[in-house]
Amino acid sequence: MNNCIIEMKGIKKYFYGVKALDGVDFKVRTGEVHALIGENGAGKSTLVKILTGVYQPTAGTIILNDKPVQFPSPQVSQKAGISAIHQEATMFPDLSVMENIFMGHHIRNKSNGLLSWREMKDKTQILLDKLELDIRPDTKVKNLSVAQRHMVEIAKALSLNAKVVIMDEPTSALTLREVEYLYKIIRKLKSEGKAIIFISHKFEEVFEIADYFTVLRDGKYIGEGTIADITVDKIVQMVIGRSLAQMYPKLEAEQGNIILKVENLSKIGVFKNISFDLHKGEILGFFGLVGAGRSEVMQTIFGIDTKTSGEVFIDGEKVYIANPSDAMNFGLAYLPEDRQIQGAILAMNIRENITLPIIDRTSRHIFLDRNREFEITDEYGKYIEIKASGWEQLVEDLSGGNQQKVVLAKWIATKPRILIMDEPTKGIDIATKATVHNFISELAKKGIAIILISSELPEILGMSNNVIVMHEGVITAKFTREGANSKKIIRAAIGSISK
Amino acid sequence: MKDLFRKREFNLFIFILFIIFGVSWRTPSFLYINNFVDILNDTAILSMVAIGQLMIIVTGGIDLSVGSSLALSGMSVALLNQYHPGIPIFMIILISIAIGLLLGSINGLLVSRAKIPPIITTLGTMSIYRGLVFVLCGGTWVSAHEMTEAFRVFPRRSFLGISSLIYLSILIVILFLIFLNLTRTGREIYGVGGNKIASQYVGINLKKIQYIVFTLCGGITGLAGFLWVARYAAAQSETAIGFELQTIAACVIGGVSITGGSGTIIGVVLGAFFMGIVYNALTMINVSPFWQMAIQGFIIIFAIIINTVMDKRNQQLMLRKRSFNE
Ligand SMILES: Nc1ncnc2c1ncn2[C@@H]1O[C@H](COP(=O)(O)OP(=O)(O)OP(=O)(O)O)[C@@H](O)[C@H]1O
Ligand SMILES: [Mg+2]
Repeated sequence: MNNCIIEMKGIKKYFYGVKALDGVDFKVRTGEVHALIGENGAGKSTLVKILTGVYQPTAGTIILNDKPVQFPSPQVSQKAGISAIHQEATMFPDLSVMENIFMGHHIRNKSNGLLSWREMKDKTQILLDKLELDIRPDTKVKNLSVAQRHMVEIAKALSLNAKVVIMDEPTSALTLREVEYLYKIIRKLKSEGKAIIFISHKFEEVFEIADYFTVLRDGKYIGEGTIADITVDKIVQMVIGRSLAQMYPKLEAEQGNIILKVENLSKIGVFKNISFDLHKGEILGFFGLVGAGRSEVMQTIFGIDTKTSGEVFIDGEKVYIANPSDAMNFGLAYLPEDRQIQGAILAMNIRENITLPIIDRTSRHIFLDRNREFEITDEYGKYIEIKASGWEQLVEDLSGGNQQKVVLAKWIATKPRILIMDEPTKGIDIATKATVHNFISELAKKGIAIILISSELPEILGMSNNVIVMHEGVITAKFTREGANSKKIIRAAIGSISK
Repeated sequence: MKDLFRKREFNLFIFILFIIFGVSWRTPSFLYINNFVDILNDTAILSMVAIGQLMIIVTGGIDLSVGSSLALSGMSVALLNQYHPGIPIFMIILISIAIGLLLGSINGLLVSRAKIPPIITTLGTMSIYRGLVFVLCGGTWVSAHEMTEAFRVFPRRSFLGISSLIYLSILIVILFLIFLNLTRTGREIYGVGGNKIASQYVGINLKKIQYIVFTLCGGITGLAGFLWVARYAAAQSETAIGFELQTIAACVIGGVSITGGSGTIIGVVLGAFFMGIVYNALTMINVSPFWQMAIQGFIIIFAIIINTVMDKRNQQLMLRKRSFNE
């Protein structure tokens, strides 16, 4: 296996003095799945963006099929056969699947030069069939699930006849079954001789699908090797530079009175008859497939959506929550699932983001108090290890995982009594994940009641005192920590109810 | 200072110096202090209203009705002055502001409560307010001799060689600098513009913010209405037609993101000043009036291009400096 399709040598990329990449070597061979591994902010996405012509390297060379090349723009890189599914959405939600796939390389009618939609539609159908996707070429992308969107991006890569397909955290929004499906596609692409660069923070996935790996840390090349010859512990050691403490800290929190009680909460067409109790100091896990309605239930409790019927009690008293500020007054906090849309304000800096929900606490009367804002940001930012050039850095310029940490810090800083977390560790690296899990345990120990929505089974099993499983808008099972196991939970999540 | 003169604002400042230098090389009288005071007087009203426009654009909206609101409040107080010359001038000013607040709050209610997009709301009220001006004056003018002396000279009254018009505009700049940068509501305005959904999740009341910015813009516009008719000593049905576009231009030149979320008062004031300078310079160097408009447009576009091109480099410099300090 010495047929290198791409070789990157001594790649450096500085952003105004921040060394995102500092001399990285990276080789990819045809027919291989190559995992690119590293902590949040290690430089993975930056490397990908250099390879796809989005960024220009400060120094270094790229060699494609033994010839040095330059990618001054994404178009050039695409023409050379490199195609990427970026970490952050790059699709046009209001356009159809077919228009998205052929965006930038439309097919024209040879005789009159007009766009040939007929041909594009046929080609799209062929691609969708090949991926065994059950969607129509003229469906709008905004009506697709996250998983389906990923598949459309893969279809786009295929339509470009890509030889190298890059996937930057493709699984972070997918559930088990969809991940299985993605694996199938990746294996298919591999068997056709394509090279796949796969970025993920989940080592199970890396060991399942990848053949080879390269590790980056703080923008530097650390090492590479074949997956078959390495252990998880060794990779962890390479990634974080030390070995990792225990992953899911055992909880010893004492459970108190019922603080939140939800009775028969329904929203027509979305979820039905949701009832549960949450105690002080409890971590209540919510598991389900994407679309099970978990986020919608929580958004309704938090006052973002309106319910059709049902009641919510806090401290035994019936409450009416009409909007998020009511909810926050009752001591609720909701860490939303999508950091870019619901979580962070990208055009603001880290300090402004973290203090936004507690602006009434950090300011004196109507006036802001920057020093206090800075202190609070410093406290939580350091605790959760946000990697940034300073607290005044724009959130937009942070790596994906660090954006997630900002959102996390922002909600924890509200010091809630009831904390609802929707996929809190999505896109976060293992070392920080352990920090976050520790932190969640500590909060529970202080008597804070926590609802943890997660699509990661180990996280749910490792963290929760009790687990609720939802399927298509209804609760299909409830387990205690002792009574829960992965088999039972998955069965309930896919809808075969077991009592 | 380091925060005020950030990025685009700084580019624009340099560009303005550049123009001043270039023009005064050909026409030395351009550099006279009097000429600058004239330019300041000419751009004072524009700067004030552009600040109102800025707040709305930052939240992701736009106000096309400022020209009409200005005319309506100006016409109202001019008529009031004509028929009740006894009303003291400070009452006139308060009434003018009150009318503006009312007109702005109508916009605000339509946008926040009735959920009509700002561009459509204000396109509608632009016509309605303008129509009301016609109704009020019946198509006639209120001219200089129909206004009281106190009314007419108010904007020109000077203290230490500087007119009350300039003092008022400085007051507005300072008030809103404080409001946007140092208060909670100011921060929330930027939050809403940066990401409506995320702002809602942290409990910011979007309706309230929208209502506030439209109303405040209305208040400034109302004050500007009085200043305008007094300064030009005339209130007519065509007063300030097309003025809304000038305020938007001042914002865009000043580096305000038209999609919301970012923009500074200093930028907008420089933007307005820039427009004043260009206009003044073209007159000074005897460009034919036929050409003036075209050249003005050309220079504005050029300024915006320079701004965006140089933006990245300045950001780089800023950040490097910042990391040295730490
Ligand atoms: N446009 C930018 N401006 C300034 N700094 C940037 C920019 N883009 C990235 N960086 C910095 O470069 C570093 C590497 O970022 P990158 O996005 O490549 O990390 P990553 O390995 O993909 O992390 P994650 O796992 O969190 O996605 C980070 O420290 C980040 O703050
Ligand atoms: Mg990344």
